[in-house]
Amino acid sequence: MDLFLALVLQIVYGISNLALIGLGLAIIFGMMRVINLAHGEFLMLGGYTVIVATNNGVNIWIAMLVCAPLVVGLIGVIVERVLIRFLYGRMIDTLLATWGLSLFLIGLVTTIFGPQTTTTISPPIGAIQIGDYGSSGYELFLIVVTLLAIGGVYAVLRLTKLGLLARGTMQNADMAASLGVSTPRIYMLTFAFGSAVAGLAGGLLAPITGVVPTIGAIYIAKAFITVISGGAAILAGTVSAATLLGSVNGIVSWSTGPTLGEVALLLTAVVLIRLMPKGITGRFFRKSL
Amino acid sequence: MSAVEKTRLWVLAALALAFMFGAPEVLQLFTIINLTTAIALALLALSLGLIWGHGGILCFGQTAFFGLGAYTYAVWAQNFGETTGAVIAAIAVGAAFAAALGYFIFYGRVSDVYLGAITLVVTLVFFNLMRRTSGPEYKIGDALLGGFNGTTAPPLTLPWDSGAMLFPNQVFYAAMGALILSYFGCVWLTRTHFGRVCAAIRENETRAELLGYDARAYKLGLFAVGGGLAGLAGVLIANGVGRVTPDLFNLGYAAQAIIWVIVGGRGTLIGPILAAFGLFYLTAWLGQQGTLDLNMVLGIVLILFVLLLPRGVVPAVMTLATARLGRGRDLRAARRGNGRRRSTRPAMEPAE
Repeated sequence: MDLFLALVLQIVYGISNLALIGLGLAIIFGMMRVINLAHGEFLMLGGYTVIVATNNGVNIWIAMLVCAPLVVGLIGVIVERVLIRFLYGRMIDTLLATWGLSLFLIGLVTTIFGPQTTTTISPPIGAIQIGDYGSSGYELFLIVVTLLAIGGVYAVLRLTKLGLLARGTMQNADMAASLGVSTPRIYMLTFAFGSAVAGLAGGLLAPITGVVPTIGAIYIAKAFITVISGGAAILAGTVSAATLLGSVNGIVSWSTGPTLGEVALLLTAVVLIRLMPKGITGRFFRKSL
Repeated sequence: MSAVEKTRLWVLAALALAFMFGAPEVLQLFTIINLTTAIALALLALSLGLIWGHGGILCFGQTAFFGLGAYTYAVWAQNFGETTGAVIAAIAVGAAFAAALGYFIFYGRVSDVYLGAITLVVTLVFFNLMRRTSGPEYKIGDALLGGFNGTTAPPLTLPWDSGAMLFPNQVFYAAMGALILSYFGCVWLTRTHFGRVCAAIRENETRAELLGYDARAYKLGLFAVGGGLAGLAGVLIANGVGRVTPDLFNLGYAAQAIIWVIVGGRGTLIGPILAAFGLFYLTAWLGQQGTLDLNMVLGIVLILFVLLLPRGVVPAVMTLATARLGRGRDLRAARRGNGRRRSTRPAMEPAE
């Protein structure tokens, strides 16, 4: 029973991990049809923000939950103004330009901080016991935060004026513009919002994964697969894809080891896209957010 | 094929052959070994130039086939002690894996952007997978996969005498020969019926399908050819470096392949090759300088080209040259009252 509980916890953590790293990408992709290949680097920047902030004496909770999203959100604004806004509607060029941005950010951070970080931050919550099995309390915390983040994104999109305008722009940008909505502003804010969520995820994961300039490569594959398998609906897509892929990964990893778990995750995603080219929400939960 | 194009190809062939036989006479051995690596990368660039530039298939993970080819070569050569079969196997594995992946992508009607993302994820998964193969239990036949450090790649041997290993100079001949043959093979392929249909699909997939061509099958075929070429490039890099490591699957190579094609020019085959050589020496030079980070420079190059010169260097230069040459002719034609101007727009641009 304890083993079962520990395993379930592990799988739920895997699912929430996928959802957390994919959420920022899903917002930007779902709302703006922009695939941000520098998403992994945005997470990386969130991690660095936490390290720099804690080194300067900021409380780790504030660093993770406030500083990281703020800083990366601001970076998102700059990126949107300098780069992305010239490329709306040119999906492939956006992909290429954000890939260039990703390389640029890796290079920039390497130049500033060096290829390795000297400081590591340890998870602020210790281990907990489930019967005979130890589990990380911080992972439990991450599951809760992921749920809160998803709820927060839902609330912003569904309940605020800004969310309404954003959804309107997403559905029909020309119509929204002729009703007096400044669509460039909405795009900018949406990109910043997605970036901030990415920064939050990066900051929260920093104590677990450590932070190096190239860490984005680890995130980007998983984030992509989750968002693409999920399809166009931001929340329903991310959550359903993360649930499916996270369970497959968790179960296969548990029975054969982490190497095959990742392969199983990928194979599931490829088969899924063969069957549902528009992702899960292209077929199910179409009306959802 | 027009007379101008024919002359251009002959000149190119003469130059390439002169380089192939001249370079080992003039250059030092170290440079020649480096050049072999550059040739391998150029062949990778060519393979992507073929499927993306000519076929419009945006593959971000061409390195998957590249790395698979290299590993296949190394494993086969270590197991059987000869390399002719290894080269064939490497090409076959690259092509077969591309075909298998392509089946899911093209027959699933996955759109461009998803295609890029899926192929990128595939190569990254290979990267993570091969990195974890460090234990003694991970071996194929006698060949240990070696995890992060990779496995050794024995140099090419003569097809009729597996005991005779080629010297670095001879490997250079083989590599350059492979590149020349592949280039002209690709030029030939783009001029066949198959190649023309692929170009038509790139320009307007719906129209090509309405004309009765099965776009999925054509794309799949072209993708498999590109995979085979990338596998051959993997053989060459295994020979140039002497080791096969998971880094071949890495994001770095995948990004560089894209940059070569963007810089050299989509739609040309020689552009990516030249860009690969050029950027190979740029990266080597940057490495010696040690002041600017390589990734930063590559990132800036990619961003600038996408924003300012999305067609790439070679097409831009060619348009410029044609405009220079053609201006006098157009003027004379205009004066005769025949105002038909050379259009630079692609013939099959979809209507707005």
